[in-house]
Amino acid sequence: MGDVYDDDSLTAPVAGAAEATAAEETSPAVGRDEWVARQAELRFRRGGTIGVVEERLRAVPWWAWLTLFVAVAALLPVGFESGYVRRVAFDTALYMLLALGLNVVLGWGGLLDLGYVAFYGIGAYTYAVLNSDKYDVHLGAIPSMVIVLAIGAVAGFLVGLPSRRLSGDYLAIVTLFFLQIFLTVTINSDDIAGHNVLGGPNGVLNVDPLTFFGHEIPVSHDGIFNVAYLYIAIAVFAVVYVALRLVNQSRTGRAWRSLREDALAAELMGMPVNWLKLMSFAFGAAVAALTGVLFASLNASVFPLTFSFPLLITIYTMVILGGTGSQAGVVIGAILINSTLEFLREPADARELFYAVVLIGIVATFRISWRLAIVLGGTFVFGVILHVVAKAIDGSWVDGAAAGGGGLGDLASDWVIVPSDLAAWITPVSYITLVAVTLLLTLLKGWVRLVVLVPTLYLAAFVWENVMLAKPEPTRYIVLGALLIALMIARPNGILGERRVEIV
Amino acid sequence: MSAREKLLELRGVTMDFGGLRVVSDLDLHVDEGEIVSVIGPNGAGKTTLFNLITGIYEPHAGDIVFAGESIVGLDPHKITRKGIARTFQTLRLFLNMSVRDNVMAAAYGHTKSGPLRAMLRTPGQRREERETRALAEQRLAFFGERLMGYRWDQPAYSLSYANRRRLEIARATAANPRMLLLDEPAAGMNPAETHEITELIGKLRDEGGYTILVIEHDMHVVEGISDRVIALDHGVKIAEGSFDAVATDPRVVEAYLGTRSVATK
Repeated sequence: MGDVYDDDSLTAPVAGAAEATAAEETSPAVGRDEWVARQAELRFRRGGTIGVVEERLRAVPWWAWLTLFVAVAALLPVGFESGYVRRVAFDTALYMLLALGLNVVLGWGGLLDLGYVAFYGIGAYTYAVLNSDKYDVHLGAIPSMVIVLAIGAVAGFLVGLPSRRLSGDYLAIVTLFFLQIFLTVTINSDDIAGHNVLGGPNGVLNVDPLTFFGHEIPVSHDGIFNVAYLYIAIAVFAVVYVALRLVNQSRTGRAWRSLREDALAAELMGMPVNWLKLMSFAFGAAVAALTGVLFASLNASVFPLTFSFPLLITIYTMVILGGTGSQAGVVIGAILINSTLEFLREPADARELFYAVVLIGIVATFRISWRLAIVLGGTFVFGVILHVVAKAIDGSWVDGAAAGGGGLGDLASDWVIVPSDLAAWITPVSYITLVAVTLLLTLLKGWVRLVVLVPTLYLAAFVWENVMLAKPEPTRYIVLGALLIALMIARPNGILGERRVEIV
Repeated sequence: MSAREKLLELRGVTMDFGGLRVVSDLDLHVDEGEIVSVIGPNGAGKTTLFNLITGIYEPHAGDIVFAGESIVGLDPHKITRKGIARTFQTLRLFLNMSVRDNVMAAAYGHTKSGPLRAMLRTPGQRREERETRALAEQRLAFFGERLMGYRWDQPAYSLSYANRRRLEIARATAANPRMLLLDEPAAGMNPAETHEITELIGKLRDEGGYTILVIEHDMHVVEGISDRVIALDHGVKIAEGSFDAVATDPRVVEAYLGTRSVATK
């Protein structure tokens, strides 16, 4: 067919068409496809060194990445003596596990399970009951884990039952209701028919640490986090990661993804959709419950409100940010969010993060160009002039000390106006003005945007130094929210998420 | 022809949507190894017929017998496992999965390894996985070069419309059916591709050994492939027989073009 439509045939279209018909009559071109034949030249490739690196990186198999990751994670305690850092690493590993479990239901099964953290709670409570003085049972780690996995899977299976008939928003409401039931029952569990079953709001206390074959692993040495728990968490993570990966690469995983894409088509291609949905619920729930064992054993206590909506939102954020459906993505999401939240605790660290993110954002927007120079230079000069003017008017306007101190903090207080005594009205006014101007910026174009951007950046620095850093706790979440918004605009499918196409 | 065994038989099948009778007391059979076309104007109940056979709807009256067994009331995936696979008029591919995965997924019904065996990667599971992969690649090879090579690893959404139709057929054959239901396989194809699909449907029967029931609007295709043609209108069978007999049947002409008095108005 291809040679028919060359230049000659364009000048004599009638003759060309006749030839084409004749060619078809004599030899029907079954499966001939010129486009495929030339695919090598047509395929898109990024040139240069970046292209080569990208291609090489893509060729690295998943297990090599995982091995590298686990090795780095295992070496982390060597570089960091601090019990705090190790403890944060342990918490991050728990989040990674929770994200992996949610990824099965949400990413592969495509089921919106808003009751997910209840399974985490069920696992933690089950371990607590089986390994504490509450009922004077001390079962040990391995049998508990087996039982918890089974109970988690069964619970997931039961909660998944409505998914036989419901999907999307409706399923979300039902599973959310299940989480509420879990919370209500555990909070009121100190008086169920007159019995104190699970301790109610006071939870289950004095839970045993992990005990393997009668050998107890203490949660801390001299009050410092026992690094063995970090290794156990990493080991559990690696096992869960590989197990889920293998399931996803099998017939079951393909069926899950098929039902996520089109449940009716999956059913008609011979896949028992209802059973597969229940299976994905059970797998996700079992992973969450297993994570609950690690949580309960390290904290030595379990309280109902741990397993509540803020945690649910955090885990969903990790999964969505990392890229729903991608195992590596949700792990990165978990690490990114938990470490960002920890980083933002210290004003000096938070300051570095803030200025770095703002700078990266500006550079990413303008690239290397004269506009970038105008914005950065303009903001700097604007700040210096304002600082000098303010100092000339009243010295106390610039006398304040930067919260948290540090080299960057000293630099910032030489540039940003930090009054020693901030008038009460400035806080809300500056904050609201910043939000309003930022929104206004999205509507502006061209040089007007550049002009408005300069004082906005300065105002942002002012608000950051004077308002945000003064209250680190809410600031953490505001900054995290802003980061999320920016990241999701830049990459709507998450960091490692595949581009999803609904209708073409 | 009549000596052959009936593979699929519908007896007095009736289906209502609310007050609307879509399929009315329909008798129909397809013999083993036969290619039967269903034609009829839009809204004649052709796709509903497919939905009844594949178990998406349950008929309000009548019986559907496949290979000597009633399949009424079975879940759709069970009907597929008994040997009926279909394609869709409005394509329903797993768009965000690779071309090969689309086809491999349809092998679910006749493979066995569960998640536990997948986690342990038992030798049996690995062999089955290799076989499924080989099966998928073989099914895709049926379409010549079109769905071969690097396209195996491309997402299905990257395919052209005609290739999506081909992939749907490949996917349906991967379920190892005895019978294929093709819902407008030539819709949206250019004349050359239509010509090709006509060849392919014949090849599916001759080489694949499938019995085929096909809905088609393109009369060249219908003429080219059909052993027998059934014309539906308002859920009623109005004609049945060879293509020439049905195409010239006055009731079929009327159903498509209206009565003479209306036509001359």
